[in-house]
Amino acid sequence: MHDANANRAAQTFATLTASAVLVNPVGLHARPSVKLTQLAKGFTAKIEIALATDGPWTDAKSPVKVMRVKAPQGATLHFRIAGPDGEAALAAMLALVHDGFGEA
Amino acid sequence: MGEIHLTGHPASPGLAIGPVAVLTSAAASRAAKGDPAQEAAALKVAIEGAAVELADLIATVHGEAAEILEFQVAMLGDDALAEGAYEAIAAGTAADDAWRAALDAEIAGYRAADEEYFRARAADLVDIRDRVLAGLNGADAVAKISGDSVVMGDDISPSTFLAVDWTRGGAIALAAGSPSSHVAMLARSRGAPMVVGLGPLPWNGQPPSLALVDGDTGTVIFDPKPETRRLFEHRMAAANAAQLAADAGRLKPALTADGRRITVLLNVAAPEDLAGLDPAICDGIGLVRTEFLFEGSRGLPGEDAQYAVYRRILEWAAERPVTIRTLDAGGDKPIAGLTVDGERNPFLGLRGIRLSLARPEVFRVQLRALCRAAVHGTLKVMLPMIAVPAEVDRANVMLDVEFAALRAEGIACARPPLGIMVEVPAAALCAEDFGAAFYSIGSNDLTQYTMAAARDIGAVADLNDAGHPAVLALIARTVEAGRKRGVEVSLCGDAAADTRLTKALLATGLTTLSVSPIAVARLKAAIAGVTA
Repeated sequence: MHDANANRAAQTFATLTASAVLVNPVGLHARPSVKLTQLAKGFTAKIEIALATDGPWTDAKSPVKVMRVKAPQGATLHFRIAGPDGEAALAAMLALVHDGFGEA
Repeated sequence: MGEIHLTGHPASPGLAIGPVAVLTSAAASRAAKGDPAQEAAALKVAIEGAAVELADLIATVHGEAAEILEFQVAMLGDDALAEGAYEAIAAGTAADDAWRAALDAEIAGYRAADEEYFRARAADLVDIRDRVLAGLNGADAVAKISGDSVVMGDDISPSTFLAVDWTRGGAIALAAGSPSSHVAMLARSRGAPMVVGLGPLPWNGQPPSLALVDGDTGTVIFDPKPETRRLFEHRMAAANAAQLAADAGRLKPALTADGRRITVLLNVAAPEDLAGLDPAICDGIGLVRTEFLFEGSRGLPGEDAQYAVYRRILEWAAERPVTIRTLDAGGDKPIAGLTVDGERNPFLGLRGIRLSLARPEVFRVQLRALCRAAVHGTLKVMLPMIAVPAEVDRANVMLDVEFAALRAEGIACARPPLGIMVEVPAAALCAEDFGAAFYSIGSNDLTQYTMAAARDIGAVADLNDAGHPAVLALIARTVEAGRKRGVEVSLCGDAAADTRLTKALLATGLTTLSVSPIAVARLKAAIAGVTA
């Protein structure tokens, strides 16, 4: 869906940040983690998540690392995104969380 | 050896009887070990092979089972999982030892999690670990188990579970395990009875040959006496017949044999109880206990934390009515820093609404959170342990004050109707005198206060009978008061789930019963058998 090579210039992109509350019943568990990482992998941008604004930041494209975050229900999930399709990525990630990963 | 009774936690309902099959971790060790490059290549092949096996398995299953395996595939496909193993291999460790150590470290991280849900995922990681190890060692990944067995062990992996044909009547009994595990979810959806948390199994060497598993109560009996077995088989036959009828009706509205519509609501002790449940099985939630918010060492919960939980439950219910009970602490539910220690008879002491009115600074936080949550669905609020009308009046005034304050602050809110839990005989006898928006009969306490017998005191437990005519008379009186005042009456105690009482309860005029999710199908089936 995105041509990863089209924008591979050595330019830097503004880092976008935003947060959303995990509303689905048991937090960022197995199925949501898989959905989150699958969505993240669709973007060229570097996408990271954290439970606090000052990190530690976790690669949102790695299900193993996302599960290590153990984000519980009700937690605020912070995003830090940088890349050519950063804005689209941020919008998509927030929509996924707001939507309760389709299972709230 | 005499029969052995073990009690754990129910993880999947139902009864089963079968020969015991003990899970063993047959770890065939690898014959040879190569240089680091060969070991790394062997691990890579084993991981890829495991992913292919899982993909093949996914093609044979549907829905929840497929999603569980897809999680394993996603984890296996992530280089981060094997990072530590490859580092150890580069330093000279054998592939199987390196992989086992890396996964054991990952598994330890899950087991140390605060949340039950994440702890339960350890079984999936064990599954991944063992599948790759089997590939490395050239062994079969999954032990062959006959589907009519009672499978026993510390824990069981999703792969092992899925390899068994559970339609043949088997069950699972685990020393450890969790009701939140993927296997427990699968067992519930496949109808395999499962009990977890039995603790260390009390035999050395020779395991028992036969087991009776009661997934409803969480008990297992090993090597039963003939009489025990006969009684159990009798119960099984009755339960199987009931289950057949119940399964057909779980998603349908509850109707009596003569066509009377009965409202079936859910009792919920924590939001996790709703995970994976289809709201269509119920007409709403009849009781949300809020004590879970106040338990643990984190101190009393703030307004925002309570609001978030209430809101989530209301959103799950999707406009179906949800009745949330204000804090019912005291009695057998002490809460540090809130309830009174050392009361001579805590069941007759400062508990329920009495405690809330005595601690208004705690109560008003809950009322504010409830008003804010009320905009997200159809919320009703229930006061526990009401004995006299003045208690309801005082709570109504407090609710008015908090609602007005929120509005003045410009915060989104609504004023939920305030009803009472009828569990003190005085409230049942004089129900008409209460300015309550609804009545919900708490049959557990109503029974123990009426019969003056606690159900957890064995010597008097047989007096604690919710079907006693005196208790039924109080229920009927409450129903009559509701009819006269034009307000709804429901029953949310354990009696609602006791299908031996369904006929008697409906005969009092009750048309709304609230039970735990696990009892819905059985209750609907029992209702369908009631005439007039």
